[in-house]
Amino acid sequence: MRFLTVSGPPSSGKTSVILRVIEALQARQKKIGVVKFDCLLTDDDKRYADKGVLVKKGLSGALCPDHYFVSNIEACVAWGHENGCEYLISESAGLCNRCSPHINEITAVCVIDNLSGINTPRKIGPMLKSADIVVITKGDIVSQAEREVFASRVKQVNPGAIIMHVNGITGQGAFELTSLFEDASDIETLKGKTLRFSMPSALCSYCLGETRIGEEHQTGNIRKMDI
Amino acid sequence: MNHNDLFHRPFDSVLAEHPYIEDFLSSFGLEVEAEEDTLEQYLAGLNPDHLEDLGVSATQLRSSLDEFLAGMLAIQHPLDKVESLTIVGGHNKSGVAENLELTLKPGEVVCIVGPTGSGKSRLLADIEWVAQGYTPTGRKILINDQVPDSKWRFSTEHKLVAQLSQNMNFVMDLSAEEFIRMHAESRLIPDAEEKVRQILVQANELAGETFAPDTPVTSVSGGQSRALMIADMAILSKSPIALIDEIENAGIDRKKALELLVREEKIILMATHDPILALMGDRRLVIKNGGIAKIIESSSEERKNLQELEELDNKLLALRNRIRSGETLEII
Repeated sequence: MRFLTVSGPPSSGKTSVILRVIEALQARQKKIGVVKFDCLLTDDDKRYADKGVLVKKGLSGALCPDHYFVSNIEACVAWGHENGCEYLISESAGLCNRCSPHINEITAVCVIDNLSGINTPRKIGPMLKSADIVVITKGDIVSQAEREVFASRVKQVNPGAIIMHVNGITGQGAFELTSLFEDASDIETLKGKTLRFSMPSALCSYCLGETRIGEEHQTGNIRKMDI
Repeated sequence: MNHNDLFHRPFDSVLAEHPYIEDFLSSFGLEVEAEEDTLEQYLAGLNPDHLEDLGVSATQLRSSLDEFLAGMLAIQHPLDKVESLTIVGGHNKSGVAENLELTLKPGEVVCIVGPTGSGKSRLLADIEWVAQGYTPTGRKILINDQVPDSKWRFSTEHKLVAQLSQNMNFVMDLSAEEFIRMHAESRLIPDAEEKVRQILVQANELAGETFAPDTPVTSVSGGQSRALMIADMAILSKSPIALIDEIENAGIDRKKALELLVREEKIILMATHDPILALMGDRRLVIKNGGIAKIIESSSEERKNLQELEELDNKLLALRNRIRSGETLEII
C-alpha cells in the first residue's frame, strides 16, 4: 500500500487537490483510502465518500491535533492495509505552524496557497520545510509574477522539494501530481517509523484544563517572554 | 565555483558576495552576525535547542542550505535557449489520432480556439508539463527537437511556461515599482533597476490610462493590471513560452501587447475568440473533443480583413474614450 501524508494550512486547498488526484487514480482502477484529521468538525469525509473511496474521520476535539494524529496514524495505516487499499492518504491541517505530521521514509506533501502571503513560507515550520513535495494552489487567480515570487520563497525554505502548481478546481497539474503519488513509499505498517521532526510540547497546568490566569496557577513546562 | 567552497571561505566576504545566504538563514528565523570565521563554524555554533524552537534540525538546515546554494549557483548559468517547441500529436477523447507534428519558434503567435471544455486547458498543461506520452492525450512535447530534460518539469527557476489569464489579480500590498523590483530580486537579475524602469514604461504604453510607479498594484485598473502583467511577463519572466488566456476584454492595446511579447522572443500561445487577435496569429489550433482537430494558417485573404477589423476596433475605442471623457454620442 502506498501511503502519503498530506498537510497544509487551513483552507489551502488540501481536500480539493487530493480529490483531483483521487479522480486520476480511480481512472487507473486503484483502490484508495483517505484518513481525514480535523479538530472540531469536518464535512470533507462526505466529499471523499461521494467519490467512492474508503474514508475514516478523526476529530481531535480538546486534544492537540498533531499529537492526536501521531497517536492514531499507525492504526489508520493498519486499517487501510486490512481493507486492501492500494493508496492511503492522510490529510491533516497544520494549525500552529510548528507541528508536522511528516514521517521519515513516508512521502510527505505540503499544500500551500498563493493567497496566503509571501511571508507565509517562512512562517511555516517542518510541515513545509521537511516536505518532499510542495503543492502550490490558487495560482490561477494571482499574477504570474506573484506565482514566481511565491514559488521562489518556498524554494528558499525547502530547496530540496519538488515544487509544483496544481489547480484544485480545474485540476491542472493534478495528473502530474498523481504520477508522483505513484512513486510514493510502499509500506504495510508504520511500526518502527519515526516522525521527521518532534512535535511542540506543553505539559503544563493549562494542558490539564486549568483556565485561571496568573503565576500561581502555572505549573509544569512554562516559558516566559522577555518583557 | 563549487558551492562547498562557500562553507570554508571567510564568512563576512561570503555574506557580502552572496547576500541570499543571509536571506536564507533569516527565513529559518536565524540571526546572522558575521562573528565566526566561516559559514561552517556558524552552523556548528548554532544551539540545538534554539533550532528545535525554530522547527528545524541542524542536519536538515545543512542539507537545505546545500541544495539552496547548489540551486543558486546553477541559476546564474543560463540554460540552453529554447529554439523550438514541437507538439507531437496524440489522440482525442474518443481515441482518434491527431496525426500532427507542429513546431513553434520564438516570436510565433499561435491561437487556440474551441468551446469551453473542449480540451484547451489539457493542451496547455501538456506543454507546461512537457508531456511524454503519458498524459490522457498521449501527446509528446519536444524542445529543440529533443526529449527535454526533466528540469523543465519540476524546477521552479526553469518553468517553461508563464501564464496570463483573465481571472488573475494582484494580491500583494506593494506599489507597482516595489512589486517589479521584488520580482526582479527573486530572479537575481543583475540590472534590476533598469528592468523596473523598462517594465513601467512598457506597461504605461499598453494601458489606455497611465499610472505612476508608486501606485499600489491592488488599486490599478483592470487594463493597467493586464498591461503590467504583460510587460512584466515579456521583460522579466525567463519562461520562453507565454500562455495567454482570453485577454480580449482587458482594455489594453492588444496589438502592442503581442508585439512586445514577439519582440522579446516568446513563443506565444493564446486562447482567444477575438477576430483581431486570431488574425494576428500565424496559426490557429482548433480544439474539439479533447484533441487538435484542425490547424488553420491565417491566409492572406483573412489578413486583408484584419485592416478593416482594426479600423472598426479603433472606431469603437474612440467612442469608448468619448464616453469616458463625458461626451455624448449623437454623431458617431
